[in-house]
Amino acid sequence: MGLQKILQDIARHKWDYLFVLPKFAVFVAFIGVPVAWSVFISFQEFGVFQTRWVGLDNFRVAFEDDLFLIALKNTVWYALIVMPANVLIALVLASLIFPLSRKAQTFFRAAFYLPTVTSAVVIAMAWKYIYQPDVGLLNAFLRMLGASGRNWLGQSSTAMWSVIMMSILTPPGVGIIMYLAAMGSIPNEIYEAATVDGASGFQKWWRITVPLLKPTTLYLVVLGTIGSFQVFSQIMIMTRGGPGHATKVLVYLIYETAFRDMEFGLAGAYSLMLFAIIMVFAFIQFKYLNVNLEYY
Amino acid sequence: MQRSSKFLLKVGAGIGYFILVVAAVVSLLPLHWVFATALQLHDEVISHVPPLVPRVALEYIPKVLSGDGEGASQLLYDSLENLRILFTRTDMVRWFLNSLIVSTSATVTILFLDSLAAYAFAKKQFPGRDLLFWIMISTMMIPGHVTLVPMFRIIAVLGLRDNLLGVILPDIAMVFGVFLLRQFMRTIPTELLDAAKIDGASEFGIYSRVMLPLAKPGIATLGILTFNATWNSFLWPLIVLNKSQVMTLQVGLKTLLDRNLVDYGMQMSGAAVAAFPVIIVFLFFQGYFVKGLTLGSLKG
Repeated sequence: MGLQKILQDIARHKWDYLFVLPKFAVFVAFIGVPVAWSVFISFQEFGVFQTRWVGLDNFRVAFEDDLFLIALKNTVWYALIVMPANVLIALVLASLIFPLSRKAQTFFRAAFYLPTVTSAVVIAMAWKYIYQPDVGLLNAFLRMLGASGRNWLGQSSTAMWSVIMMSILTPPGVGIIMYLAAMGSIPNEIYEAATVDGASGFQKWWRITVPLLKPTTLYLVVLGTIGSFQVFSQIMIMTRGGPGHATKVLVYLIYETAFRDMEFGLAGAYSLMLFAIIMVFAFIQFKYLNVNLEYY
Repeated sequence: MQRSSKFLLKVGAGIGYFILVVAAVVSLLPLHWVFATALQLHDEVISHVPPLVPRVALEYIPKVLSGDGEGASQLLYDSLENLRILFTRTDMVRWFLNSLIVSTSATVTILFLDSLAAYAFAKKQFPGRDLLFWIMISTMMIPGHVTLVPMFRIIAVLGLRDNLLGVILPDIAMVFGVFLLRQFMRTIPTELLDAAKIDGASEFGIYSRVMLPLAKPGIATLGILTFNATWNSFLWPLIVLNKSQVMTLQVGLKTLLDRNLVDYGMQMSGAAVAAFPVIIVFLFFQGYFVKGLTLGSLKG
């Protein structure tokens, strides 16, 4: 009876299911299965001929090995500096663009978004060349000022900071566009009322604009956290984790462990732990930036 | 009082403009440096810091005007040496074609599959609809690195290593497009679809002849975003493609760095060739990028 009803339902809606089916099949094969499998993989060890269950061994190895902790430290540093800087810069630049004429808005939006549409590989190649000690632009500029240059990416003391600096100076194109869209949807009456009450321009920005942009800020903070914890292309192109382990970040460690050392189980364990860390940060952010939309 | 506050406003606007201009210069300088270096004289770039603007941009037209046609064409010829070396000594043409194949086929397939699914999710009532949609969307928040290792095992089992399909198939599985198009299609009035149904259109006909034309702006947005994302994708192709013949552009660029340590002119030429198409697409279709970002955000 129950089965018959289900079959009838499916027959009646067969077109609906046919429309969804192709996408869902590809989704299951290349996202659903890998996501489910990612949990098991970290409890396994991959030999040449067979795969063994090793329980929590991979996690134990991960914590006993200094590499994981070094990579974790580098990644957290990178994310905790780059993400807030990007969100803040996006907010400031969007606030400065918003009052301009349509033409000027379009120009600046394009200027700030262009590095976002070009690949991280291209941007990182450009910066690697800029940071180059002998023929790089940065050292040439410093020499012109009378200062001496440095081997920015070649020294442990400056390598990570140079990568961080690049990520900060590459404008947050997505954030700027999201903030501009959100600013456009704040009703004008709120500002008019504030003007009548004698609020200054800065007060209006700080007391009205910034609080009302909170949903966008939360979205950018969470997205930026997920993104910056997964930094990879820049590291691969500029330093390959070096010198020593100075710029080894987690996704680069996962890449090396899995695809150079062929230790898939250990790499799987690293992946799950990175996922857990990202989730903890996202949870904290949702809790403390809790969105209140009463104003609208 | 009135006048001084107006003056302050003007000063404030001036400072704001100044900050924006400086930020724009910082933003565009690396890209300018890529294109400028590509056009510098090959031998000079290896040993010197080249001038901010390549000689060909400054001297070509004056040379032509002063009647030095031969000198002008010699300068142009020398300025293209980086690109000449790039195209003759590396697999650049191959990489470009591979990237074109990957991005085009992934984009076309995604547009077809995602618009079909999004149409059903947006406009149809069927048992399990919300559950299926929720299952797909909930994976959007899972960071990409999580599936790296299992996905590699799957691709290896399927024998798709060093095969462009190994890059294309995981791209097609992305659910962002279903979400974006469903958001867009929900804004299209259902009456238009009902009218076609009364006129006797088939289920597929309603999709292809009524829904698709109405959803064109959303589909164009998704198409451009998808092409851009697949063109720039690096980590996954790097894992799947190891032979130079099958590499995409971004992976090929990395081998330029490995094999030609100091040939910055040639490296930047490669970067310029990789960046050029997406910059052109962006300048022509800027509005679609803006719409995609605001439609595709996970709120509302």
